Amino acid sequence: MQFFLEVLIGGLLSGVLYALVALGFVLIFKASGVFNFAQGAMVFFAALTFVGFTEVLPGWTGLEEGGGVVFWLAFVLALVSMVVLGIATEKIVLRPLVNQPPITLFMATIGLSYLVEGIAQGIWGANVRGLELGIEDVPIEYMLEHHNILISSFDLFAAALAGVLVGSLALFFQYTKVGRALRAVADDHQAALSIGIPLQHIWAIVWGVAGFVALVAGLIWGARNGVQFALTFTALKALPVLILGGFTSVPGAIVGGLIIGASEKLAEVYVGPFVGGGIESWFPYVLALLFLLVRPEGLFGERHIDRV
Amino acid sequence: MEFKKTVMLGALVAGTLAAGVAMAAEQFIGLPSYRVGAYAAGGSGIYGGWIDYMNLINERDGGVGGVKLVWEECETEYNNARGVECYERLKNKGETGNSMFSPLSTGITYSVLDKVADDKIPLVTIGYGRTDAADGRVFPWVFPLITTYWSQATTMIKYIESKEGDLKGKKIVLLYHDSAYGKEPHAVLDRMAADKGFTVEKIAVAHPGNEQQSQWLQIRQIRPDWVILWGWGVMNPTALKAAAKTGFPRTKMLGVWWSGAEEDTIPAGSAAKGFTAAGFNVAGADYPVIKDIKKVVYGKSLGNMEDESRVGSVYYNRGVVHGIIAVEAIRKAQEKYGKGKALTGEQIRWGYENLNIDDKKLAELGAAGFMPPLKTSCMDHEGSGKVKYQSWDGAKWKVVTDWIDADKQMVRGMIEESAAKYAQEKGITPRDCSKEM
Repeated sequence: MQFFLEVLIGGLLSGVLYALVALGFVLIFKASGVFNFAQGAMVFFAALTFVGFTEVLPGWTGLEEGGGVVFWLAFVLALVSMVVLGIATEKIVLRPLVNQPPITLFMATIGLSYLVEGIAQGIWGANVRGLELGIEDVPIEYMLEHHNILISSFDLFAAALAGVLVGSLALFFQYTKVGRALRAVADDHQAALSIGIPLQHIWAIVWGVAGFVALVAGLIWGARNGVQFALTFTALKALPVLILGGFTSVPGAIVGGLIIGASEKLAEVYVGPFVGGGIESWFPYVLALLFLLVRPEGLFGERHIDRV
Repeated sequence: MEFKKTVMLGALVAGTLAAGVAMAAEQFIGLPSYRVGAYAAGGSGIYGGWIDYMNLINERDGGVGGVKLVWEECETEYNNARGVECYERLKNKGETGNSMFSPLSTGITYSVLDKVADDKIPLVTIGYGRTDAADGRVFPWVFPLITTYWSQATTMIKYIESKEGDLKGKKIVLLYHDSAYGKEPHAVLDRMAADKGFTVEKIAVAHPGNEQQSQWLQIRQIRPDWVILWGWGVMNPTALKAAAKTGFPRTKMLGVWWSGAEEDTIPAGSAAKGFTAAGFNVAGADYPVIKDIKKVVYGKSLGNMEDESRVGSVYYNRGVVHGIIAVEAIRKAQEKYGKGKALTGEQIRWGYENLNIDDKKLAELGAAGFMPPLKTSCMDHEGSGKVKYQSWDGAKWKVVTDWIDADKQMVRGMIEESAAKYAQEKGITPRDCSKEM
């Protein structure tokens, strides 16, 4: 039972990290109906840009290497870079494709992902970098000593951060003018335009916010596994989360993440040994496909009804 | 007098022309490199080191036997289809076509395995590829040089034995990349476990391996004496971090040589300290060959590495090893087929098959201790079977053993068994090595 709990809790905490990446997809899909295949590349770009700035800033400014000022300055500069990337994407890639079929927009984001990956490595190089956020990835001693359950303090921190981020986004969508405009755009582009909501302005904001989410996800995943090209693979973890939680729901991303995280870990431990192991990569997709049969719009997604 | 002048002038013109011809001789080497994409860090380091070594030979020695080395890179992105495309694009370039093909990818290796025999281009796979290709009778065109995965696995057990003494009753976990590469050591470890009385638990990690919570919780339950990490890319730092998270000592973790580079340990931060990994080359910039590269190549701003601090890293030095072997194969082939001219792939294949880079030669090359001595033959395309181990001290790799010999008797038997099976499947008649020169 103890081991089961350990696997379950570890899975739930990993699930929150998947949700963090899934959030970026949800934001853009919600506002523009675009499935942004480049979200994984954006996570990589954000983390690499952040680490790149932490490397060059001490040389440029004379600030202490590894100090708090460099960290926050690099964070702000990386955030600005992400917002610029988001706005440029909207203006250069998506705006010319307004009113094109969704598949065209999807294909454009596939191209975008290659471009973003190439630009990131072109600017900052292909070297693999370490990233320390100052929170050690070690077990919480109290839990280990008193309950013999292993829970990572870093995973707990990441889960709390994701929780704060989701809460903030939910409040932003619910109570701010921009948030309401975003929801209106998500609901119906043309109706939103007809009442004077500037569609392109809203899209730019959404891409900027998605860039911010990508930066946070990139820092968390980068601190876990290093800042390297493999960060783009985090998007693969987010896809089944989206199918399960729904492409348009922020809370859905969290719940979907928790379900996927917990189920894949339990499956790996309890089912894996019977089928040769290594099932973590495909099990979430099988689960998501089965779920699609029952509820195609996901747990929290909007039911799509066409009048014929 | 006039006649004498004419003769002298004629001799001068002829000499200049002859020198011109000699100067013009160029040996072409096609490099199917990868500098972008998921594995760019490894590709840029290895191909960068290789190119720097070739530049050193050109700048310092005027080429190999008077023949300048020229090369062209073709980006594969570690992708099989692109690798085959690069193979086709490069094979007829240069005066005599491509001298060798070394794709740094087991997948691409398999994709061109049949083509190289038709095109007569040696396929050189140093530290990867198909292990049973070490049997040169069945695979005349393939060279899995220095040490194969199977040999390496036996040295790992020898290393653990040197730390633990008798292995009877010990538990070893093999944490492996769930791919053909990750499954390479299974049979060898099973056989050694049966011989020595230890148990081996195999735990797969799905690609890319950036999530290993469940595997490490299983390891925590098994409580092994050692964990062998057979990883690749992001799987390595993730494993080291997960080991720290579950309290497994890194001093009891032993990595394959694709887990033992700075790119694997730096991202893991302090969690990597104490981790030991295998290598058929060592890290460090204090070797004369690396010092020469810095002085001659980087001194003239001809260096290939954007980040010069990577010179002397594990991957970079591995590239230099590729360069050393390629140059020595060309040199050897020139002994038989003539100096001062470009050789064909077929002639260079002979060079690869008759390499003899002994300790004396390594010292002359400024690479004593940098890589193991290497002697190939028609029978043996591996040539060494030796491995050194290095430990990460938190900032750099430190060599902790001398060259450890593989259990050659066991590995050779398995290689011949597997190669014979392949020959039977493909209808290949193995060469009679007693007739080869």
